[in-house]
Amino acid sequence: MSSATHLKDLALSDTGFVFDPYTGATFTTNATGLAILHALREGLSRSAIIERIRERFDVHGDVDSDLTEFYQLLRQHGVVPPNFNGVEK
Amino acid sequence: MSERPLTVAVTGLNATDNPGPGVAVIRALRDADPAIRIIGFAYDALDPGIYATDLVRDIFMLPYPSQGLTAFWSRLEYVHHKLGIDVIIPTLDAELPAFLDLEPKLRELGIRMLLPTREQFTLREKGRLAQLGTKSGISVPATAVVNSIDELSRVHHRVPYPMYVKGLYYGATLALNLDDASHAFYKIVAQWGIPVVVQTQILGEEFNVVALGDGEGGLVGAVGMKKLMLTDKGKGWAGITVRDPALLAVAQQFMSATHWRGPCEIELMRDKYGQYHLIEINPRFPAWVYLSAGAGMNLPYAAVELALGRKPSIASEYTVGTLFVRISIDQIARIEDFQNMVTTGEVSR
Repeated sequence: MSSATHLKDLALSDTGFVFDPYTGATFTTNATGLAILHALREGLSRSAIIERIRERFDVHGDVDSDLTEFYQLLRQHGVVPPNFNGVEK
Repeated sequence: MSERPLTVAVTGLNATDNPGPGVAVIRALRDADPAIRIIGFAYDALDPGIYATDLVRDIFMLPYPSQGLTAFWSRLEYVHHKLGIDVIIPTLDAELPAFLDLEPKLRELGIRMLLPTREQFTLREKGRLAQLGTKSGISVPATAVVNSIDELSRVHHRVPYPMYVKGLYYGATLALNLDDASHAFYKIVAQWGIPVVVQTQILGEEFNVVALGDGEGGLVGAVGMKKLMLTDKGKGWAGITVRDPALLAVAQQFMSATHWRGPCEIELMRDKYGQYHLIEINPRFPAWVYLSAGAGMNLPYAAVELALGRKPSIASEYTVGTLFVRISIDQIARIEDFQNMVTTGEVSR
């Protein structure tokens, strides 16, 4: 299964509750995390995701390293494969 | 001639903290068709399901099959003559051999069951999982049968530590070394006798599938579940339906390879690479089977339909993300019911 399919099948609620139907795992994420997941489902590139985050949120820090950290969390929880670094094009 | 309602007898009313599946099966049948007459078969006067007055009205005590098939058969015959039984759904591992032995005689009485053949039943025994793996192409962790402490001390060459030491019917203890394994071995032998089964531990997450086979290699239906909360005995107290095609493919592989007839629970470990490894096959519905009905795929009712020779009217999909969360409640019971169970071994309300 591709990571795009897996991401598309995640159940995302507006409250930040995430359910992975493949593994039964549930997570909660904040509004930024939710925006990243939606962007990944849309197939946005890393730079497009960063741009969107800067547009939508009052960002002062380093979005790029935050995104890296978020991808690491997704990998750690098995939402994406161990070599995932963004949606394949 | 008076019309008798469809009558289904269900065992396993021991809805304790290590619950038998009977109450869950009955709830599923009630959901599908409230007009079904349910007969509960109990082995203990305090089996909690006896006192679930909204679920079951007629309950009969059965002698343990270990007391001999004659007594067991007489009791079933007595209940059949009294109320008439169309289908029996046995739900406990230890009673299944007796029901398998009695199946031809029960069929003569017009009582149907949906059970595997003796050969299928034997093939899924814990000690034969490796053979099952070879036959079905399902990955099985290294597993061996051990009959003595001497064998146990040498088995790690074939089944490396850490390993689970298991009774043939029940119980699993994780052993990191021979000391742990010996302790678990003696404990299991004292309770269940030999043989004891050892199985290398697979690291990962446990998943379970309740499945129903048509006896011809087909999968009638299957629901995958991930446990969310465990009791101290390792039993699921909460769980959620999942849909991983690879998980359900294992159920299909099992059915194709064995031509399994009836219900079963397939226990699997999913490793970090997403591969599933078969840990155990239980030859009956699990205690969490009501989740199948709750998620829209009523497997116990489909089993009744199949047993009666009908085409099951079962949904092809179930709702992913449906949860079960168990609850402990104190049922209020009438002393008359308890008294009747203790003295006459039957209650009709």
